Amino acid sequence: MSEVILLAHGAGGRKSADLIRDLFLRHFGNPALNVLGDSAVLEIPGGKVAFTTDSFVVDPLFFPGGDIGKLAVCGTVNDLAAAGARPLALSAAFILEEGLDLDTLERVVASMARTASEVGVPIVTGDTKVVPRGSADRIFITTSGIGIPFVAQRQTPPQPSPQRGGGYPPTLPPRCGEGWGGVCLCAPSPECAAQGDAVILSGTIADHGMAVMTCREGISFESEIESDCAPLDTLVASMLEACPDIHCLRDPTRGGVATSLNEIAVQSGVCIEIYEPAIPVNENVRVACELLGIDPLHVANEGKMLAIVPQECAEAVVEAMRAHPYGRRACVIGRVQERPAGRVHLRTALGSLRILDIPAGDLLPRIC
Amino acid sequence: MKYVDEFRDGALALSLADAIRRECRHPLKLMEVCGTHTMAIARYGIRRLLPDQVRLISGPGCPVCVTAQDEIDRFIELGRSPDTILVTFGDMIRVPGSRASLEDERARGADVRVVYSPLDAVEIAAANPDRRVVFFGIGFETTTPAVALSVLEAQKTNLANYQVFSAHKTIPPAMIALVSDPEVAIDGFICPGHVSAIIGSAAYEPVARDCGIPCVVAGFEPLDILQAILMLVRQAVDGRSEVEVEYSRAVSREGNQAALDCMRKVFVPCDAEWRGLGVIPGSGLELRPEFSSVESRKSKVESGKPKVSTECECGSILKGLKPPRACRAFGKACAPEHPLGPCMVSSEGACAAEYRYGAES
Repeated sequence: MSEVILLAHGAGGRKSADLIRDLFLRHFGNPALNVLGDSAVLEIPGGKVAFTTDSFVVDPLFFPGGDIGKLAVCGTVNDLAAAGARPLALSAAFILEEGLDLDTLERVVASMARTASEVGVPIVTGDTKVVPRGSADRIFITTSGIGIPFVAQRQTPPQPSPQRGGGYPPTLPPRCGEGWGGVCLCAPSPECAAQGDAVILSGTIADHGMAVMTCREGISFESEIESDCAPLDTLVASMLEACPDIHCLRDPTRGGVATSLNEIAVQSGVCIEIYEPAIPVNENVRVACELLGIDPLHVANEGKMLAIVPQECAEAVVEAMRAHPYGRRACVIGRVQERPAGRVHLRTALGSLRILDIPAGDLLPRIC
Repeated sequence: MKYVDEFRDGALALSLADAIRRECRHPLKLMEVCGTHTMAIARYGIRRLLPDQVRLISGPGCPVCVTAQDEIDRFIELGRSPDTILVTFGDMIRVPGSRASLEDERARGADVRVVYSPLDAVEIAAANPDRRVVFFGIGFETTTPAVALSVLEAQKTNLANYQVFSAHKTIPPAMIALVSDPEVAIDGFICPGHVSAIIGSAAYEPVARDCGIPCVVAGFEPLDILQAILMLVRQAVDGRSEVEVEYSRAVSREGNQAALDCMRKVFVPCDAEWRGLGVIPGSGLELRPEFSSVESRKSKVESGKPKVSTECECGSILKGLKPPRACRAFGKACAPEHPLGPCMVSSEGACAAEYRYGAES
């Protein structure tokens, strides 16, 4: 029987990673893509540019704390922010299902406009397609974005190597650690975590995923779970101001914090150890996760940033984050160690240690 | 859920672990029957807190794990007919039958829906009067009352298109079958908390009295489990074999009468095949004759001969004869994203727990 695409291929866990590696990278592979950052960072005449794209399909379209429009702007802005880049411009492409209520579309578009204006980024180009009823679920949105580094361009090496960096067509900046005078020129990048670094999280986890799941399934709790959907560009700007040498930034969306940390551990060839009681989880989210048998570390966030920073900067970065409305509950959740490379370890409240893995596929509630 | 934190206190956990170490006189093999215990034991690293003398082995307690391939094949077969909607609990969806899983079938066009409650399946039936809606009835005594309720609800509202494919199982017959196997040496059972809240702790009295195996019903927090282990150690030291309840905040001797009545009104015991364990007499539940129109299994289904993997050693793992890592397929041919056997399928399965949270080997 030939293989077919399963929902699990899109869930951000191991099946998604396999699909990216075995199909997309096999056909598209190039230095900029192979980094698998939230954005690609390209060197063009005059400096660096970050470039990213993301598609948004969510049911319900409107949920506590956000909607598909706000999500479509925040998602791309945050992918740029995770490359240390300030958004310059966005595109927006819509696939609409025949029969969609025009009012619904206008609510979504108005929400996109509001969020883009909060960020101060224009939506400068777009596209619209309509497909027959049943060929899509109401609205699918794809946004792309370009951005430039928040931190003023560091001095580039006088003699870039012929294979990497500089010139046109755009190529990848020098590999982590290859920089001039020992200063890493590619950070923040998922390849740059180093032994001794501190792992910082900007706030509570699993809010978005559980808000959508409980809303979709009609499960209600004493207090409604709200999505954390938010644009993090200015949060990242203040973090980079406190520490220009942040090694990695990651926007832990699908697959959650566990998946993002595992990707960094593999790409940087390090072990990341986090301390479970330090990870902030809202009480109602924790209850929902316990009830459904889901690990909050596997659940999507849409307004959180993970940062891996040199230990000596950790305090300054956390302080800068806590002064920002989207980083009030920022804290250090772990440390980077040398080995075992590619692993994420979690220290439990009882002091024991276990491996933190990425989810295999869709998050499935358990039955008893 | 504030109360839960009190059952996760690190200092108290260490003092319980100390007491276990001090009081345990000889090696003990304790089986946690329930998959949720297996998961909690791994999630909190409880094995590492215990002395070498106390060995925890994972029993058959994951309802998804023990659903036979043949049952999955037959359920999938029902969905091949375009007028049928298959409805299931989420953790069943990735479980491979002998040829495919419900997830594969959904991707190939079968109408497979995931629900949190069997009553949602009744709603689906009400909304689709011209289609047959079949609910995959899996689970132990914890989930069975809700499925029974869905059958009664469908009957009350005259829903003729709602059916249940009953693959339900019950825990006490399986425990007795396990201790009757001469290969399996168990010195005590950590009995499931949720199941016991329904059936009551009295259900284990034959196991303790007739088989001479100490039983302690435990909750699911780390301190619950450690306390239950200490109680089993003390029974062993004293030479007692009794049923004790650690999880007294939820479990009584008699259980939940309303839930039991509902279950008995709809289901009767039958023999059942457990994946990896074979047929255990009286360990299944089928719909009573008066609900025969709701029973989908009675309809003739041809699913061919099940193709059971020869590499999978779930049978030995479920019986506690082998640890997951002793299986040739573990982590290679069999992993959570492509599970061969039942123990790798559910997040509660012994192999999945070991794969996710087990010691670095």
